[in-house]
Amino acid sequence: MERQMKQVDVLVIGAGPAGLAAAIAAKEDGIDNLLVLEREHNPGGILRQCIHNGFGLHRFKEEFTGPEYAQRDIDRARELGIEIQTDTTVLSVDGDHTVTCVSSAHGVEVLSAKAIVLAMGCRERPRGALGTPGTRCAGIYSAGTAQKFVNLEGYMPGKRVVILGSGDIGLIMARRMTLQGAKVLACVELMPFSSGLNRNIVQCLNDYDIPLYLSHTVIDIKGRERLTGVTVAKVDENRQPIPGSEIEFDCDTLLLSVGLIPENELSEGAGVKLSPLTSGAEVDDVLQTNVPGIFACGNVLHVHDLVDHVSNESFRAGHAAAAYVRGALACGETIDVRDGAGVRGTVPQRIRKGVNESVDLMFRPSGVFRNATCVVTCGEREIARKKAPIFTPGEMAVIKLKPEIVASLDETVTVTIERS
Amino acid sequence: MEITCINCPVGCRLNVTLENGQVVSVTGNTCKRGEVYARQECVDPQRMVTAVIPVRGSAMPLSVKTRTPIPKKLIKDCMKALADVQLDAPVEAGRVVLANVCGTGVDVIATKSVP
Repeated sequence: MERQMKQVDVLVIGAGPAGLAAAIAAKEDGIDNLLVLEREHNPGGILRQCIHNGFGLHRFKEEFTGPEYAQRDIDRARELGIEIQTDTTVLSVDGDHTVTCVSSAHGVEVLSAKAIVLAMGCRERPRGALGTPGTRCAGIYSAGTAQKFVNLEGYMPGKRVVILGSGDIGLIMARRMTLQGAKVLACVELMPFSSGLNRNIVQCLNDYDIPLYLSHTVIDIKGRERLTGVTVAKVDENRQPIPGSEIEFDCDTLLLSVGLIPENELSEGAGVKLSPLTSGAEVDDVLQTNVPGIFACGNVLHVHDLVDHVSNESFRAGHAAAAYVRGALACGETIDVRDGAGVRGTVPQRIRKGVNESVDLMFRPSGVFRNATCVVTCGEREIARKKAPIFTPGEMAVIKLKPEIVASLDETVTVTIERS
Repeated sequence: MEITCINCPVGCRLNVTLENGQVVSVTGNTCKRGEVYARQECVDPQRMVTAVIPVRGSAMPLSVKTRTPIPKKLIKDCMKALADVQLDAPVEAGRVVLANVCGTGVDVIATKSVP
Protein backbone atom coordinates (compact mmCIF):
# COMPACT_ATOMS: atom_id res chain seq x y z
CA MET A 1 0.00 0.00 0.00
CA GLU A 2 1.34 3.39 -0.98
CA ARG A 3 1.15 5.76 1.98
CA GLN A 4 0.53 9.44 1.36
CA MET A 5 3.42 11.25 2.99
CA LYS A 6 2.55 14.57 4.62
CA GLN A 7 5.13 17.28 3.92
CA VAL A 8 5.96 19.99 6.47
CA ASP A 9 8.64 22.66 6.53
CA VAL A 10 9.46 22.55 10.25
CA LEU A 11 8.45 19.66 12.49
CA VAL A 12 8.87 20.09 16.24
CA ILE A 13 8.83 17.01 18.46
CA GLY A 14 7.48 17.87 21.90
CA ALA A 15 5.22 20.72 23.06
CA GLY A 16 6.90 21.46 26.36
CA PRO A 17 8.60 24.81 26.93
CA ALA A 18 11.39 23.95 24.44
CA GLY A 19 9.12 22.80 21.61
CA LEU A 20 6.71 25.70 22.09
CA ALA A 21 9.52 28.29 21.99
CA ALA A 22 11.11 26.69 18.91
CA ALA A 23 7.75 26.61 17.11
CA ILE A 24 6.99 30.24 18.04
CA ALA A 25 10.37 31.40 16.74
CA ALA A 26 10.05 29.48 13.45
CA LYS A 27 6.51 30.74 12.89
CA GLU A 28 7.50 34.33 13.66
CA ASP A 29 10.21 33.93 11.01
CA GLY A 30 7.53 33.17 8.44
CA ILE A 31 7.39 29.36 8.46
CA ASP A 32 3.68 28.62 8.01
CA ASN A 33 3.83 24.91 7.24
CA LEU A 34 4.78 24.02 10.80
CA LEU A 35 3.65 21.12 12.96
CA VAL A 36 4.26 20.31 16.62
CA LEU A 37 3.76 16.70 17.78
CA GLU A 38 3.03 16.08 21.47
CA ARG A 39 2.69 12.74 23.24
CA GLU A 40 0.47 14.03 26.06
CA HIS A 41 -3.13 15.24 25.80
CA ASN A 42 -2.16 18.86 26.55
CA PRO A 43 0.78 21.03 25.57
CA GLY A 44 3.01 22.47 28.32
CA GLY A 45 5.25 19.52 29.16
CA ILE A 46 6.62 19.12 32.66
CA LEU A 47 5.58 22.69 33.61
CA ARG A 48 1.98 21.52 33.85
CA GLN A 49 2.78 19.57 37.00
CA CYS A 50 5.21 22.12 38.48
CA ILE A 51 2.53 24.06 40.34
CA HIS A 52 5.05 25.85 42.60
CA ASN A 53 6.22 29.36 41.82
CA GLY A 54 9.64 30.63 40.78
CA PHE A 55 9.48 30.34 36.99
CA GLY A 56 10.15 33.16 34.55
CA LEU A 57 12.11 35.67 36.66
CA HIS A 58 14.77 36.06 33.96
CA ARG A 59 12.49 36.05 30.92
CA PHE A 60 9.48 37.95 32.20
CA LYS A 61 10.95 39.74 35.26
CA GLU A 62 8.00 38.25 37.11
CA GLU A 63 7.52 35.05 39.09
CA PHE A 64 5.05 32.50 37.71
CA THR A 65 3.96 28.99 38.61
CA GLY A 66 4.73 26.30 36.00
CA PRO A 67 1.21 26.20 34.50
CA GLU A 68 1.18 30.02 34.22
CA TYR A 69 4.57 30.10 32.47
CA ALA A 70 3.50 27.37 30.03
CA GLN A 71 0.20 29.11 29.32
CA ARG A 72 2.02 32.22 28.09
CA ASP A 73 3.72 30.19 25.35
CA ILE A 74 0.60 28.12 24.61
CA ASP A 75 -1.42 31.35 24.17
CA ARG A 76 1.26 32.82 21.90
CA ALA A 77 1.35 29.62 19.83
CA ARG A 78 -2.46 29.71 19.47
CA GLU A 79 -2.37 33.40 18.53
CA LEU A 80 0.12 32.58 15.78
CA GLY A 81 -2.05 29.69 14.56
CA ILE A 82 0.58 27.03 15.25
CA GLU A 83 -0.79 23.51 14.81
CA ILE A 84 -0.11 21.29 17.85
CA GLN A 85 -1.14 17.67 17.33
CA THR A 86 -1.47 16.16 20.81
CA ASP A 87 -1.94 12.51 21.89
CA THR A 88 0.62 11.64 19.22
CA THR A 89 3.71 9.56 19.89
CA VAL A 90 6.65 9.76 17.52
CA LEU A 91 7.95 6.25 16.86
CA SER A 92 10.99 7.07 14.79
CA VAL A 93 12.96 9.83 13.13
CA ASP A 94 15.23 9.01 10.20
CA GLY A 95 18.33 10.83 9.08
CA ASP A 96 16.53 11.70 5.83
CA HIS A 97 13.91 13.66 7.87
CA THR A 98 11.17 11.03 7.65
CA VAL A 99 9.15 10.89 10.86
CA THR A 100 6.77 8.10 11.83
CA CYS A 101 4.18 8.79 14.50
CA VAL A 102 1.05 7.15 15.87
CA SER A 103 -2.15 8.43 17.44
CA SER A 104 -5.59 7.05 18.20
CA ALA A 105 -7.13 9.68 15.92
CA HIS A 106 -4.99 9.15 12.82
CA GLY A 107 -3.30 5.76 13.25
CA VAL A 108 0.24 5.50 11.95
CA GLU A 109 1.36 8.53 9.95
CA VAL A 110 4.57 9.11 8.04
CA LEU A 111 5.71 12.69 7.58
CA SER A 112 8.56 14.32 5.82
CA ALA A 113 10.05 17.56 7.17
CA LYS A 114 12.59 19.97 5.73
CA ALA A 115 13.83 20.70 9.25
CA ILE A 116 13.22 18.90 12.54
CA VAL A 117 13.54 20.32 16.05
CA LEU A 118 14.08 17.67 18.74
CA ALA A 119 12.45 18.92 21.97
CA MET A 120 11.51 15.72 23.79
CA GLY A 121 12.84 16.76 27.19
CA CYS A 122 14.29 14.36 29.72
CA ARG A 123 13.18 11.66 32.09
CA GLU A 124 14.05 10.66 35.59
CA ARG A 125 16.72 8.15 36.50
CA PRO A 126 14.77 5.12 37.74
CA ARG A 127 15.31 2.76 40.68
CA GLY A 128 16.93 0.17 38.41
CA ALA A 129 19.77 2.58 37.67
CA LEU A 130 20.68 2.84 41.38
CA GLY A 131 21.30 -0.78 42.25
CA THR A 132 19.53 -0.46 45.58
CA PRO A 133 18.85 -3.87 47.14
CA GLY A 134 15.54 -4.97 48.61
CA THR A 135 12.12 -6.15 47.52
CA ARG A 136 10.16 -5.06 44.44
CA CYS A 137 7.16 -3.79 46.40
CA ALA A 138 4.67 -1.03 45.54
CA GLY A 139 5.22 2.43 46.97
CA ILE A 140 8.45 3.41 45.18
CA TYR A 141 8.09 6.29 42.75
CA SER A 142 10.31 8.75 41.00
CA ALA A 143 9.65 12.21 42.46
CA GLY A 144 8.25 13.48 39.16
CA THR A 145 5.78 10.61 38.92
CA ALA A 146 4.56 11.39 42.43
CA GLN A 147 4.33 15.05 41.41
CA LYS A 148 2.13 14.09 38.46
CA PHE A 149 -0.15 11.98 40.69
CA VAL A 150 -0.59 14.73 43.26
CA ASN A 151 -0.73 17.82 41.07
CA LEU A 152 -2.40 16.61 37.89
CA GLU A 153 -4.43 13.61 38.94
CA GLY A 154 -5.31 14.43 42.54
CA TYR A 155 -3.99 11.20 44.07
CA MET A 156 -1.69 10.99 47.09
CA PRO A 157 0.88 8.22 46.55
CA GLY A 158 1.37 7.59 50.27
CA LYS A 159 1.25 8.80 53.86
CA ARG A 160 4.72 8.30 55.33
CA VAL A 161 7.46 9.26 52.95
CA VAL A 162 11.26 9.02 52.65
CA ILE A 163 12.93 10.85 49.77
CA LEU A 164 16.19 9.59 48.28
CA GLY A 165 18.16 12.32 46.51
CA SER A 166 18.03 16.03 47.21
CA GLY A 167 17.59 17.37 43.70
CA ASP A 168 15.10 20.18 43.34
CA ILE A 169 12.20 17.93 42.33
CA GLY A 170 12.72 15.84 45.47
CA LEU A 171 12.81 18.94 47.66
CA ILE A 172 9.73 20.42 46.01
CA MET A 173 7.90 17.12 46.54
CA ALA A 174 8.91 17.02 50.22
CA ARG A 175 6.96 20.26 50.68
CA ARG A 176 4.07 19.29 48.42
CA MET A 177 3.52 15.92 50.16
CA THR A 178 3.66 17.66 53.56
CA LEU A 179 1.21 20.39 52.57
CA GLN A 180 -1.19 17.84 51.08
CA GLY A 181 -1.22 15.89 54.35
CA ALA A 182 1.60 13.30 54.28
CA LYS A 183 4.43 12.96 56.81
CA VAL A 184 7.87 13.30 55.19
CA LEU A 185 10.35 11.58 57.51
CA ALA A 186 13.65 12.33 55.80
CA CYS A 187 15.44 13.48 52.71
CA VAL A 188 18.54 11.33 52.12
CA GLU A 189 21.48 12.49 49.97
CA LEU A 190 24.46 10.33 48.99
CA MET A 191 26.77 13.31 48.40
CA PRO A 192 28.10 15.56 51.18
CA PHE A 193 26.14 18.45 49.61
CA SER A 194 22.71 18.89 48.08
CA SER A 195 22.38 19.56 44.36
CA GLY A 196 19.19 21.50 45.08
CA LEU A 197 18.86 25.26 45.39
CA ASN A 198 19.40 26.83 48.83
CA ARG A 199 15.97 28.36 48.44
CA ASN A 200 14.44 24.88 48.21
CA ILE A 201 16.43 23.49 51.15
CA VAL A 202 15.19 26.36 53.32
CA GLN A 203 11.62 26.63 52.05
CA CYS A 204 10.86 22.95 51.37
CA LEU A 205 12.78 21.12 54.13
CA ASN A 206 13.68 23.54 56.95
CA ASP A 207 10.26 25.24 56.97
CA TYR A 208 8.66 21.87 57.72
CA ASP A 209 11.41 20.46 59.98
CA ILE A 210 12.23 17.69 57.50
CA PRO A 211 15.75 16.40 58.26
CA LEU A 212 18.32 16.28 55.42
CA TYR A 213 20.78 13.40 55.81
CA LEU A 214 23.88 14.27 53.77
CA SER A 215 26.41 11.48 52.96
CA HIS A 216 23.67 8.90 53.57
CA THR A 217 21.88 6.46 51.29
CA VAL A 218 19.15 3.84 51.30
CA ILE A 219 20.73 0.40 51.72
CA ASP A 220 17.60 -1.72 52.05
CA ILE A 221 13.98 -1.60 50.91
CA LYS A 222 11.46 -3.68 52.83
CA GLY A 223 7.90 -4.80 52.19
CA ARG A 224 6.10 -7.60 50.38
CA GLU A 225 3.22 -6.04 48.52
CA ARG A 226 3.57 -2.49 49.80
CA LEU A 227 6.68 -0.78 51.09
CA THR A 228 6.89 -1.04 54.90
CA GLY A 229 10.25 0.57 55.55
CA VAL A 230 13.72 1.51 54.36
CA THR A 231 17.14 1.27 55.98
CA VAL A 232 19.36 4.33 55.63
CA ALA A 233 23.09 4.30 56.38
CA LYS A 234 25.87 6.84 56.46
CA VAL A 235 28.47 6.48 53.69
CA ASP A 236 32.23 7.01 53.77
CA GLU A 237 34.24 9.13 51.32
CA ASN A 238 34.08 6.26 48.80
CA ARG A 239 30.28 6.27 49.12
CA GLN A 240 30.33 2.88 50.86
CA PRO A 241 27.83 2.29 53.72
CA ILE A 242 29.40 2.47 57.18
CA PRO A 243 28.36 -0.56 59.31
CA GLY A 244 26.63 0.41 62.52
CA SER A 245 25.29 3.70 61.15
CA GLU A 246 21.95 2.24 60.01
CA ILE A 247 18.71 4.11 60.70
CA GLU A 248 15.36 2.37 60.17
CA PHE A 249 12.44 4.34 58.75
CA ASP A 250 8.91 3.05 58.97
CA CYS A 251 7.40 4.37 55.74
CA ASP A 252 4.99 3.37 52.98
CA THR A 253 6.52 5.49 50.22
CA LEU A 254 9.99 6.08 48.82
CA LEU A 255 10.46 8.90 46.31
CA LEU A 256 13.56 8.97 44.10
CA SER A 257 15.05 12.27 43.01
CA VAL A 258 18.35 11.01 41.68
CA GLY A 259 18.95 12.75 38.40
CA LEU A 260 17.56 13.40 34.95
CA ILE A 261 18.56 11.89 31.61
CA PRO A 262 17.81 13.49 28.22
CA GLU A 263 15.37 11.29 26.29
CA ASN A 264 17.31 10.65 23.08
CA GLU A 265 16.11 7.34 21.66
CA LEU A 266 14.58 9.13 18.66
CA SER A 267 17.73 11.21 18.12
CA GLU A 268 19.91 8.11 18.05
CA GLY A 269 17.64 6.50 15.46
CA ALA A 270 18.19 9.54 13.26
CA GLY A 271 21.96 9.12 13.47
CA VAL A 272 22.41 12.11 15.77
CA LYS A 273 25.73 11.95 17.58
CA LEU A 274 25.35 12.20 21.36
CA SER A 275 27.79 13.59 23.90
CA PRO A 276 28.72 11.16 26.69
CA LEU A 277 28.96 14.17 29.04
CA THR A 278 25.53 15.75 28.51
CA SER A 279 23.75 12.60 27.19
CA GLY A 280 22.30 15.00 24.62
CA ALA A 281 23.19 15.77 21.03
CA GLU A 282 26.43 17.44 20.06
CA VAL A 283 25.43 20.72 18.43
CA ASP A 284 26.86 23.86 16.87
CA ASP A 285 26.12 27.44 17.92
CA VAL A 286 22.64 27.34 16.32
CA LEU A 287 21.81 24.00 17.98
CA GLN A 288 22.16 22.01 14.75
CA THR A 289 23.22 18.39 15.29
CA ASN A 290 25.63 16.46 13.08
CA VAL A 291 22.61 15.55 10.89
CA PRO A 292 21.92 18.57 8.66
CA GLY A 293 18.50 20.11 9.31
CA ILE A 294 18.00 18.36 12.68
CA PHE A 295 18.20 20.69 15.67
CA ALA A 296 17.96 19.97 19.42
CA CYS A 297 17.03 22.23 22.33
CA GLY A 298 15.87 22.21 25.94
CA ASN A 299 16.32 19.26 28.29
CA VAL A 300 16.77 16.75 25.46
CA LEU A 301 19.98 18.62 24.61
CA HIS A 302 21.26 19.05 28.18
CA VAL A 303 19.46 19.18 31.50
CA HIS A 304 18.72 22.78 32.53
CA ASP A 305 17.92 24.25 35.97
CA LEU A 306 15.88 27.18 34.70
CA VAL A 307 13.07 27.10 32.16
CA ASP A 308 14.03 30.64 31.15
CA HIS A 309 17.27 29.24 29.72
CA VAL A 310 15.32 26.48 27.96
CA SER A 311 13.09 29.04 26.26
CA ASN A 312 15.97 31.24 25.14
CA GLU A 313 17.93 28.31 23.76
CA SER A 314 14.86 26.99 21.97
CA PHE A 315 14.01 30.33 20.34
CA ARG A 316 17.49 30.13 18.85
CA ALA A 317 16.88 26.58 17.54
CA GLY A 318 13.54 27.66 16.03
CA HIS A 319 15.08 30.64 14.25
CA ALA A 320 17.87 28.42 12.94
CA ALA A 321 15.41 25.77 11.67
CA ALA A 322 13.50 28.52 9.82
CA ALA A 323 16.74 29.80 8.27
CA TYR A 324 17.67 26.25 7.24
CA VAL A 325 14.32 25.83 5.45
CA ARG A 326 14.87 29.13 3.57
CA GLY A 327 18.38 28.03 2.63
CA ALA A 328 19.73 30.96 4.61
CA LEU A 329 21.68 29.10 7.30
CA ALA A 330 25.42 29.34 6.85
CA CYS A 331 26.92 25.90 7.51
CA GLY A 332 30.56 25.37 6.80
CA GLU A 333 33.69 24.79 8.79
CA THR A 334 33.37 24.75 12.57
CA ILE A 335 35.66 25.38 15.53
CA ASP A 336 35.58 22.80 18.34
CA VAL A 337 34.69 23.83 21.89
CA ARG A 338 36.42 21.77 24.60
CA ASP A 339 36.01 21.34 28.35
CA GLY A 340 39.08 22.44 30.29
CA ALA A 341 39.79 21.96 34.00
CA GLY A 342 36.74 22.31 36.25
CA VAL A 343 34.28 22.22 33.35
CA ARG A 344 31.93 19.46 32.17
CA GLY A 345 29.70 19.19 29.12
CA THR A 346 29.98 22.56 27.43
CA VAL A 347 27.18 23.27 24.93
CA PRO A 348 27.56 24.04 22.05
CA GLN A 349 30.36 21.61 21.20
CA ARG A 350 31.30 23.59 18.08
CA ILE A 351 30.90 27.08 16.65
CA ARG A 352 30.51 27.90 12.97
CA LYS A 353 33.56 29.71 11.63
CA GLY A 354 33.27 33.35 10.63
CA VAL A 355 29.80 33.93 12.13
CA ASN A 356 29.16 37.40 13.50
CA GLU A 357 26.67 36.51 16.28
CA SER A 358 26.99 36.22 20.03
CA VAL A 359 27.16 32.70 21.49
CA ASP A 360 26.32 31.56 25.02
CA LEU A 361 28.61 28.79 26.23
CA MET A 362 26.79 26.72 28.87
CA PHE A 363 28.37 24.11 31.12
CA ARG A 364 28.31 22.39 34.52
CA PRO A 365 31.21 23.06 36.86
CA SER A 366 32.75 19.71 37.83
CA GLY A 367 32.93 20.66 41.51
CA VAL A 368 32.32 23.53 43.90
CA PHE A 369 34.65 26.49 43.22
CA ARG A 370 34.47 29.59 45.45
CA ASN A 371 35.68 32.99 44.24
CA ALA A 372 36.77 31.49 40.95
CA THR A 373 37.06 32.72 37.38
CA CYS A 374 35.78 31.14 34.19
CA VAL A 375 38.28 31.72 31.39
CA VAL A 376 37.69 31.01 27.70
CA THR A 377 40.63 30.72 25.34
CA CYS A 378 40.95 30.34 21.58
CA GLY A 379 44.23 28.55 21.11
CA GLU A 380 46.56 30.55 23.39
CA ARG A 381 44.48 33.72 23.22
CA GLU A 382 42.09 34.62 26.07
CA ILE A 383 38.70 35.65 24.63
CA ALA A 384 36.38 35.85 27.65
CA ARG A 385 36.57 35.90 31.42
CA LYS A 386 33.92 35.90 34.16
CA LYS A 387 34.43 36.01 37.91
CA ALA A 388 31.84 34.56 40.26
CA PRO A 389 31.60 34.09 44.04
CA ILE A 390 30.70 30.46 43.40
CA PHE A 391 30.53 27.88 40.62
CA THR A 392 28.67 24.71 41.61
CA PRO A 393 27.53 21.58 39.74
CA GLY A 394 23.97 22.37 40.81
CA GLU A 395 23.85 25.51 38.72
CA MET A 396 24.51 25.67 34.99
CA ALA A 397 27.10 28.35 34.25
CA VAL A 398 26.79 30.60 31.21
CA ILE A 399 29.49 32.72 29.62
CA LYS A 400 28.77 34.92 26.63
CA LEU A 401 31.06 35.35 23.63
CA LYS A 402 30.53 38.68 21.85
CA PRO A 403 29.81 38.72 18.08
CA GLU A 404 33.21 40.20 17.17
CA ILE A 405 34.93 37.52 19.29
CA VAL A 406 32.92 34.74 17.64
CA ALA A 407 33.79 36.16 14.20
CA SER A 408 37.49 36.03 15.08
CA LEU A 409 37.64 32.36 16.19
CA ASP A 410 40.35 30.44 14.36
CA GLU A 411 41.47 27.72 16.79
CA THR A 412 39.94 25.32 19.31
CA VAL A 413 38.01 27.09 22.08
CA THR A 414 38.61 25.85 25.64
CA VAL A 415 36.52 26.69 28.72
CA THR A 416 38.19 26.37 32.14
CA ILE A 417 37.53 27.38 35.72
CA GLU A 418 40.54 28.86 37.51
CA ARG A 419 40.71 28.97 41.29
CA SER A 420 41.94 32.26 42.64
CA MET B 1 20.00 33.49 65.23
CA GLU B 2 21.63 31.73 62.26
CA ILE B 3 19.94 31.41 58.86
CA THR B 4 20.98 30.47 55.31
CA CYS B 5 20.66 33.15 52.67
CA ILE B 6 18.56 31.94 49.73
CA ASN B 7 19.29 34.65 47.16
CA CYS B 8 21.97 32.76 45.23
CA PRO B 9 23.85 29.44 45.23
CA VAL B 10 26.59 30.77 47.56
CA GLY B 11 24.22 30.20 50.49
CA CYS B 12 25.93 32.47 53.04
CA ARG B 13 25.37 31.56 56.68
CA LEU B 14 23.97 34.74 58.17
CA ASN B 15 24.33 35.57 61.84
CA VAL B 16 21.51 37.81 62.88
CA THR B 17 21.31 39.60 66.21
CA LEU B 18 17.83 40.49 67.39
CA GLU B 19 16.82 42.84 70.19
CA ASN B 20 13.14 43.11 71.16
CA GLY B 21 12.16 41.49 67.87
CA GLN B 22 14.18 43.99 65.84
CA VAL B 23 17.28 43.17 63.81
CA VAL B 24 20.27 45.06 65.20
CA SER B 25 23.03 43.42 63.16
CA VAL B 26 23.61 40.98 60.29
CA THR B 27 27.00 39.37 59.70
CA GLY B 28 28.23 36.61 57.37
CA ASN B 29 26.61 38.09 54.27
CA THR B 30 28.81 38.81 51.27
CA CYS B 31 26.39 41.15 49.52
CA LYS B 32 23.62 43.61 50.24
CA ARG B 33 20.86 41.16 49.32
CA GLY B 34 21.83 38.97 52.29
CA GLU B 35 21.16 41.77 54.75
CA VAL B 36 17.81 42.66 53.16
CA TYR B 37 16.79 38.99 53.27
CA ALA B 38 17.88 38.56 56.89
CA ARG B 39 15.93 41.64 58.02
CA GLN B 40 12.73 40.33 56.42
CA GLU B 41 13.24 36.63 57.26
CA CYS B 42 13.98 37.11 60.96
CA VAL B 43 11.22 39.59 61.69
CA ASP B 44 8.41 38.63 59.35
CA PRO B 45 9.11 35.55 57.18
CA GLN B 46 6.79 35.35 54.18
CA ARG B 47 6.05 32.53 51.73
CA MET B 48 4.07 31.99 48.59
CA VAL B 49 1.68 29.09 49.10
CA THR B 50 0.75 26.87 46.16
CA ALA B 51 -1.59 23.89 46.36
CA VAL B 52 -4.04 21.72 44.47
CA ILE B 53 -7.72 21.50 45.35
CA PRO B 54 -10.46 19.27 43.95
CA VAL B 55 -13.11 20.67 41.59
CA ARG B 56 -16.58 19.13 41.31
CA GLY B 57 -17.25 18.00 37.77
CA SER B 58 -13.58 17.58 36.87
CA ALA B 59 -11.25 14.61 37.22
CA MET B 60 -8.31 17.02 37.36
CA PRO B 61 -7.55 19.02 40.49
CA LEU B 62 -7.07 22.79 40.25
CA SER B 63 -3.70 24.36 41.01
CA VAL B 64 -3.84 27.58 43.03
CA LYS B 65 -1.50 30.13 44.60
CA THR B 66 -1.60 33.02 46.99
CA ARG B 67 -1.37 36.13 44.81
CA THR B 68 1.52 37.40 46.97
CA PRO B 69 3.48 35.83 49.86
CA ILE B 70 1.72 35.45 53.21
CA PRO B 71 3.24 35.13 56.71
CA LYS B 72 5.02 31.78 57.03
CA LYS B 73 3.20 30.97 60.28
CA LEU B 74 -0.12 30.99 58.41
CA ILE B 75 0.81 28.33 55.80
CA LYS B 76 -0.96 25.53 57.71
CA ASP B 77 -4.07 27.62 58.30
CA CYS B 78 -4.09 28.59 54.65
CA MET B 79 -4.04 24.91 53.63
CA LYS B 80 -6.87 24.19 56.11
CA ALA B 81 -8.94 27.03 54.68
CA LEU B 82 -8.32 25.73 51.15
CA ALA B 83 -9.50 22.25 52.15
CA ASP B 84 -12.97 23.72 52.76
CA VAL B 85 -13.25 25.50 49.41
CA GLN B 86 -16.06 24.10 47.23
CA LEU B 87 -15.64 24.72 43.52
CA ASP B 88 -17.54 23.69 40.43
CA ALA B 89 -16.01 23.31 36.96
CA PRO B 90 -15.33 25.21 34.82
CA VAL B 91 -12.75 27.42 36.55
CA GLU B 92 -10.76 30.05 34.65
CA ALA B 93 -7.09 30.75 35.41
CA GLY B 94 -6.77 33.90 37.51
CA ARG B 95 -10.15 33.48 39.24
CA VAL B 96 -10.19 34.19 42.97
CA VAL B 97 -11.01 30.89 44.68
CA LEU B 98 -10.59 32.18 48.24
CA ALA B 99 -10.56 35.90 49.04
CA ASN B 100 -8.53 37.36 51.90
CA VAL B 101 -7.17 34.02 53.10
CA CYS B 102 -6.83 33.86 56.92
CA GLY B 103 -7.33 37.62 57.13
CA THR B 104 -4.05 38.33 55.35
CA GLY B 105 -5.66 40.54 52.73
CA VAL B 106 -4.21 38.17 50.12
CA ASP B 107 -6.42 36.26 47.67
CA VAL B 108 -5.84 32.69 46.55
CA ILE B 109 -6.22 32.46 42.77
CA ALA B 110 -6.40 29.66 40.19
CA THR B 111 -3.16 29.16 38.24
CA LYS B 112 -4.76 27.13 35.47
CA SER B 113 -8.12 26.65 33.81
CA VAL B 114 -10.17 23.53 34.45
CA PRO B 115 -12.83 22.95 31.78
